[in-house]
Amino acid sequence: MANGSKQIVDFAKIKATMADPYKHPVQVINGDGKVVDPDTLAKYSDDQLVDFMKKMVWERTLHEQTMNFSRQGRLGFYAPTAGEEASEMGSVTAFKEQDFLLPAYRDLPQMIQHGTTVAKGFLWSKGHVEGNQHENPNMMFPQIIIGAQYVETAGVALGIQKNKDEDRVAFVYTGDGGTSQGDWYEGVNFTSAYQAPAVFFVQNNGWAISVPRKKQTAAETLAQKAVAMGVPSVQVDGMDIVAVHEVSKAAREYAAAGNGPVVIETLTYRYGAHSSAGDDPSRYRTDEETKPWFDADPLIRMRKVLTDKGVWSQDQEDKLVEQYKDEFKDAMKEAEAAPAQKVSDFLKWTYNVPTPAVKKQIAEFEAKESK
Amino acid sequence: MAKMTYIKAITSGLDQVLSDDPKTLIFGEDVGKNGGVFRTTVDLQDKYGEDRVFDTPLAESGILGLAIGLSLTGWRPIPEIQFMGFTFEAMDGIVGQLARDHYRFGGQKNFPVTIRTPFGGGTHTAEMHADNLENYFVSTPGLRVVTPSNPYDAKGLVISAIESDDPVLFMENLKLYRSMKDEVPDDKYTVPLDSAKVVREGTDITLVAYSAEVNEALTAADALAKDNISAEVIDLRSLSPIDTDTIYASIDKTHKVVVIQEAQRMAGVGAVVASDIAEDKIMSLDAPIGRVAAPDSVYPFAQAENDWIPNSDDIEAKAREIFNY
Repeated sequence: MANGSKQIVDFAKIKATMADPYKHPVQVINGDGKVVDPDTLAKYSDDQLVDFMKKMVWERTLHEQTMNFSRQGRLGFYAPTAGEEASEMGSVTAFKEQDFLLPAYRDLPQMIQHGTTVAKGFLWSKGHVEGNQHENPNMMFPQIIIGAQYVETAGVALGIQKNKDEDRVAFVYTGDGGTSQGDWYEGVNFTSAYQAPAVFFVQNNGWAISVPRKKQTAAETLAQKAVAMGVPSVQVDGMDIVAVHEVSKAAREYAAAGNGPVVIETLTYRYGAHSSAGDDPSRYRTDEETKPWFDADPLIRMRKVLTDKGVWSQDQEDKLVEQYKDEFKDAMKEAEAAPAQKVSDFLKWTYNVPTPAVKKQIAEFEAKESK
Repeated sequence: MAKMTYIKAITSGLDQVLSDDPKTLIFGEDVGKNGGVFRTTVDLQDKYGEDRVFDTPLAESGILGLAIGLSLTGWRPIPEIQFMGFTFEAMDGIVGQLARDHYRFGGQKNFPVTIRTPFGGGTHTAEMHADNLENYFVSTPGLRVVTPSNPYDAKGLVISAIESDDPVLFMENLKLYRSMKDEVPDDKYTVPLDSAKVVREGTDITLVAYSAEVNEALTAADALAKDNISAEVIDLRSLSPIDTDTIYASIDKTHKVVVIQEAQRMAGVGAVVASDIAEDKIMSLDAPIGRVAAPDSVYPFAQAENDWIPNSDDIEAKAREIFNY
């Protein structure tokens, strides 16, 4: 075809406009702490807003204390959460106890909010079975294989639908890198095919270890990926806890009403390393790149709103931090007092009915363990 | 009692559990209206409704994710992976997740999933449809692997697999689906999940096989009998765990053994059986352990399948060699 002649389809135009519906992140409080959506903010009482702030202070303190424990060699694998407080606390608080949470490894704070203890979180990090046994049975363990929690969410959501459970949904987290997994598509697509109740979170924190978001996909937004599966989706300012909560609540309501799943992309940032074990972000990103995100900090902007309202003070925050630190130190003591694990128990949990070989090995280990 | 094919016996077992337990669910590619590409689930959707027997989108990892999530919400899932070659797409779901989840929760949650999947050579299918892939799965703690060699066991084993609270991989042999008929009770019965069976008694040599190779071993035993060599044939039925007691009792009688598999020889079920025998029963043996297996090439192009799959002649020759050692 000669240059300049009209093509039957304008791919360039499609490409240039395909992200349009998705690139308007929902925001209530902007990066300067200015309220840009006063009507939404007005739906929240001062007490509720203070509670949001407390939860973010709690998560930030948990992160800092966890890093201390890590440096002291008292924990195993830990994925730092600093920077993601609004995304994590804003979302999890929109769900109810009966909702089923499928977390990934950076989601210990949501698990604790959903019905387990800080000590259990530490036990998971240390590598102890009790770190997978929670008071609220409506949660999976933190998934390590990125994407597996997404396909399992489809099953939980379908199970909820088949049980005809009222007012119950599944909710799940992954990161920006997670959206590249085949399981990400399979999970969202299966849930959509069955119109089952689930809310899929993508916490886009900019980095999959060292690989930046833009190298995961040429798609302008991650939210738009959902359209291919017939699923509504939205971007939200993940440093704005009110916006995250409001969007999450709407998504839960929509899914619980039988309308099928929703995908939410929270725009957030991982301040620290990928994990407490050996990752050095200075190898792949500069302070210049990260500074705007630190300036957009979720605690700074909420602190400003609450201080302007006269319902928050630095003194109050400092006291809270000390209180939380004490709680986390107690939780660590509790975790450290957990009973030693036995290989004979591992063998007993491998099958409901032990195989003959496993039975023999149980007896061998029990004999060793009783010495 | 009725004469039933292997595939009808499986269907009858599925019908039984769907009727017994309202929490059982059958799902997979084409299992609904179409009744499966082999018709294993034929008429079950009509009988039990689309809520219990349903099609999935075409994605095996998603199917395993469904199974795990449905277990978490109180269901007893029976997913079908349309061909065993497609289990590679669900490897994380089966090996990385399902098999480990009961352990991860310290025994507090059950994942009573039975994965049904057809396998086995000799029907000239497209590639990735016929491989014996059991070797990948029998090395997975937490997962049971069973495979029947005849219609009677097929029904009893599929019921036991589904009733088990452990995850079970239930392998259905393609070539056997319609090639043999047995008396199969109409009523419910079970075949234990972890026991081998002596399918032919003998005194001179033990032939240990499973799935379609059991029939090849029985044919070989007929040929050996003509020369007054009395072969005992054992059908493993369970590939994980292996019922060594039944094998050892036979070796104590015959003192000679040949271990047979349709899969490639490398690192397979036969190697595990042979090493168990070597460790526990070497002093009872009068000859080396014989092995019959497919060669270590990639699964053959369909036209040459019959040159590659071990048959009764191969078994007979190896049995004579070990018998005459």
